[in-house]
Amino acid sequence: MDIHEYQAKQLLRPYGLASPPGECAFTAEEAEAAARRIGGSRWVVKAQIRAGDRGRAGGVKMVASPADVREVAREMLGARLVTPQTGGEGEYVRRVYVEAVCRAASEHYLALGLDRAASRITLVGSDAGGTSIESVAGEHPERISQVAIDPIDGLNPADARRLAADIGLGGAHSAGAERLMIGLYDAFVSYDASLIEINPLALTADGELLALDAKMSIDDNAMFRHRDIEDLRERDEEGRFERVRHGFNYIALDGDIGCVVNGAGLAMATMDILRLQGGAPANFLDLPPAAGRDRMTAACRLVLENPRVKVLLVNIVGGGMTRCDVVAEAFASACRAAGRSVPIVARFEGVNRELARKVLRDTGVEAEPAESLGDAAMRAVRAASGGAR
Amino acid sequence: MAILVDADTRVIGQGITGRQGTFHAEQSIAYGTRFVACVTPGKGGSRHLYLPVHDRVADAVEATGADASVVYVPPDRAADAMIEAIQAGVKLVVCLTEGVPVLDMLRVKRVLQGTSTTLVGPNTPGIITPGACRIGIMPGLIHRPGRIGIMSRSSTLTYEVAAQCTALGLGQSTVVGIGADPVHGIGFVECLERFIADDETDGIILIGEIGGVEEEAAAEFLRESRASKPVVGYIAGTTAPAGRRMGHAGAIIAGGRGSAQEKLEALRGAGVTVPDSLAEIARTMAEALRA
Repeated sequence: MDIHEYQAKQLLRPYGLASPPGECAFTAEEAEAAARRIGGSRWVVKAQIRAGDRGRAGGVKMVASPADVREVAREMLGARLVTPQTGGEGEYVRRVYVEAVCRAASEHYLALGLDRAASRITLVGSDAGGTSIESVAGEHPERISQVAIDPIDGLNPADARRLAADIGLGGAHSAGAERLMIGLYDAFVSYDASLIEINPLALTADGELLALDAKMSIDDNAMFRHRDIEDLRERDEEGRFERVRHGFNYIALDGDIGCVVNGAGLAMATMDILRLQGGAPANFLDLPPAAGRDRMTAACRLVLENPRVKVLLVNIVGGGMTRCDVVAEAFASACRAAGRSVPIVARFEGVNRELARKVLRDTGVEAEPAESLGDAAMRAVRAASGGAR
Repeated sequence: MAILVDADTRVIGQGITGRQGTFHAEQSIAYGTRFVACVTPGKGGSRHLYLPVHDRVADAVEATGADASVVYVPPDRAADAMIEAIQAGVKLVVCLTEGVPVLDMLRVKRVLQGTSTTLVGPNTPGIITPGACRIGIMPGLIHRPGRIGIMSRSSTLTYEVAAQCTALGLGQSTVVGIGADPVHGIGFVECLERFIADDETDGIILIGEIGGVEEEAAAEFLRESRASKPVVGYIAGTTAPAGRRMGHAGAIIAGGRGSAQEKLEALRGAGVTVPDSLAEIARTMAEALRA
């Protein structure tokens, strides 16, 4: 679960992360009122989306009057913001964060993330804070410092101070930086985070460390022990709401072959092979294994009801918790409920594949059977291009 | 003897007294796997599936001399179950549980350090040496005994490739699902070491996907080991659209590696044959074996 900047700042404040005064606003008028309450003479208005690189995409704007805060907020709210990190569709902006502008003497980068290969949480820092930290990492790797943290020992203060010195926060700033890093590590562990990223971390002329931006992601697998922050989950977009409600992974794409596939790996491979044969998948869908019939039916309907879909490819390999016949039943009832008919290519392999074919026959779902993955992809691509069935 | 498991492997089932666990343990027993005991805290002294139930793994190991354990425990208790098995000295621990928190896995991996236990998973269909031992949830019927080693990150892709091989008459020595979670036990490199050393394996299939850097590590290992067995690979997700990303730390820690293109190039550069289509995996292996 990714959370918004303002939510991350709130969650991390008790762990020692300071940030300029700010308020979240859902309307332009609220944004203006927030600016007046915050006071001062300059404000920054930031679109709240759960992705980075907002600045270059116009999602972060400085203004000098509460009236301008209102106007900028009006432009941002309700628009889609596309940044290098959002994917092509961008993200819908439902709220903005209004914050007092802070003058930084220097900008730094500080993050905690997961090193999968080493099975460690890693603390990453740089003296080159700002938006292009990945190019810094590529071109000036010496300006990036990392500390791998032993899960039993936790973050050693000495390691924190070494990293602080590496990123230009030594000397007088060392103690404050150490406290902040240890606080952030505590927060990371307490919330089962998978990412905490402070970029930039500003050092003010008074020697204060302030988070100008904050990103935080929480491990979905660990949400069972963080019910208190469950309501930070975003539910504003139709697709995303569906995904959260049914617990399956559906992503709309721009092709015309609807894909009903079980397993994320097989779903990706099915997309790959369709493209290889000149077809275009209309979606990615990882049908959840032990989902229960209702959720499976809901998933199939999402695919079926996409108006772009000209052909349906059902590619199910039964095993583990998934039985082909159960998927076939869910698919058949989705077909009945959807009330639209398109050519269907169905390939079943593994547990109860014969039974699945029988289910489709018995429920009157007309499907062209395919013998293998390659055969199924070929038939689907041919049907989509209007070829003979 | 294939790798990791064979007909003599004696298995404990942790958390298999529940409905799902019972279902899959029954299937494994029917397949011929030698289950020797169950472990479910609080049910010690009873019997389940005609097997003695113990409260603790250490008791079960002492009573039966088991050398493997399958963990079928819900996500909130799975890490503790794995740690208990590791500390009881079980040689092979296979955790099937999906949804184990990542930070729990960091703890498990830390405990695993310096022990002689091999961990498979979590979030894996498990491991099978066809005709001899099945510890997991994969369909037995798509496998045949033979001389191809398969390792994969994704469950359904593992089934797909095993079924393709079987249909072409290529049986399998051992099939290992290394697990789909970011932090897991045995990886591609450790599987490769074992398959290369195994005199019952003639060819190796590696099924990877986007994300992480394990395929790159496998390629590096193969380049250095100069293995003489043919290796066929596949990377799922080469056409996946760039999804939403959150921040830059992940990319920095991964050192800019992990894209599908990079993995493909790394594998091909290490002498792995990577067909364009997943549908061609088994055929490619058959050709590589003839060459």
